[in-house]
Amino acid sequence: MNRVVITGRGVYSCLGKNVEEATESLKAGRSGIIFDPIRKEMGFRSALVGNVEIPDLKKEVGRKDRKAMPEEAMYAFVSTKEALANAGMTQEFIDENEVGILFGNDSTAGAVIEGVDLLRAKKDTTLIGSGNIFQSMNSTVTMNLSTIFRLKGVNFTISAACASGSHSIGMGYLLIKMGLQKQVVCGGAQEVNPYAFGSFDGIGTFSTQEDEPSKASKPFDKNRDGLVPSGGGATVILESLESAQARGANILAEVVGYGFSSNGEHISNPNKDGQVRALNMAMEMGGVKPSEVDYINAHATSTPVGDGFEAQAIHHVFGDNGPLVSSTKSMTGHECWMAGASELVYCLAMMENGFVAPNINFKEADEHSEKLNIPNKRVEKELNTIVSNSFGFGGTNSTLIIRKFAH
Amino acid sequence: MDKAQIIETVNEFLMEEFEADAADIVAGENMHEALDLDSLDYVDLVVLIDENFGFKTTSEDFQSITTFDDFYDFIASKVG
Repeated sequence: MNRVVITGRGVYSCLGKNVEEATESLKAGRSGIIFDPIRKEMGFRSALVGNVEIPDLKKEVGRKDRKAMPEEAMYAFVSTKEALANAGMTQEFIDENEVGILFGNDSTAGAVIEGVDLLRAKKDTTLIGSGNIFQSMNSTVTMNLSTIFRLKGVNFTISAACASGSHSIGMGYLLIKMGLQKQVVCGGAQEVNPYAFGSFDGIGTFSTQEDEPSKASKPFDKNRDGLVPSGGGATVILESLESAQARGANILAEVVGYGFSSNGEHISNPNKDGQVRALNMAMEMGGVKPSEVDYINAHATSTPVGDGFEAQAIHHVFGDNGPLVSSTKSMTGHECWMAGASELVYCLAMMENGFVAPNINFKEADEHSEKLNIPNKRVEKELNTIVSNSFGFGGTNSTLIIRKFAH
Repeated sequence: MDKAQIIETVNEFLMEEFEADAADIVAGENMHEALDLDSLDYVDLVVLIDENFGFKTTSEDFQSITTFDDFYDFIASKVG
């Protein structure tokens, strides 16, 4: 079995347009949440959303490629370009090797609705234009990025609700571990347009504490009332240790464990047992003892039900006096399909810079979160082993564990 | 709409939507080669013709068009 390392990372989110900006936001405990009046006009219960600007790629991506890209592919392009540069992985290297791509994505609502609106208005399918089909397929991110970066290895999209990004990294890890791939571009992407979130808002999942947008997302806090949607793109470059060393690459961390499970119960309500099984599987795979974990980046989205189950699951596995736990969703909101990938990038930033990002807005614990060690201020701390949780609708669970690389 | 207006409109959308350089648009030159058109681009040309000239065409119509001049003439024959 191969050891699997991370040699590059990139992010484009409401915390920043690159890792450096996002790291500063994480350190400062700066929220990226805003109030979007358009959503209110459209009939949203909550107009809160992450502030993510659509990038202008005219100078970087040709017209033929650009017309096939919905916003989520644009975000992923930016984060992937950053990650490849960070990994020192040149186009020449990519052209000479079978570099793969696995991305998490679970919707293309904006593109689908744009295409259907055009069809209804024009009553002629040709007048939808040539780009919409490629924008509206769920694999839009991997089909666009594999084309633009000329990737020749594994190439598909993983759809697993809010655990999509995490599972994509886990699957890339397994493929490399098993020797089926040497390098895989992994990540997650999430559209932010209102169409992507209308029905999600409709089931009462979002926080309606709109008066102070930066204070609405409060994972683990007793007075949490729902999540805040956000999105963007996040990328990590995974490769075998052998490949990284042969390239002379800078190794950011080693992926040592990936656990997955399904709850097999309710479509939207999580449970403790499934999360515990994913956590334990990742720990066993990595040979990681609970006492070795320095920090857990929780999935906790700020919903009353979800955070409670995760707090119970973490306490079940780690017991009293467990590691520091925080949810960066307190600042980012819930980055949904990309969350597992972006949060691993945030974890890498914390590992690299020696700090734990605060769980901002955590003021009062409830009966479950009081058993965890949740900082609401930044903690300066050397982090050797980090656990990252991601859970999604349908009861899909994913846990990733990364470690500071040691020979 | 006279021919000069057609040429101006076509050249504008080719430069805007197809990001063609003005220098690449030469009346007697091969339009397909100058703009590096593929099958998907013809679909987008159909959309642009509908938006700018208000008539429906098909990508098959482009089979008889070689030069930019042929393209201008084709549109003139429809909106004449």
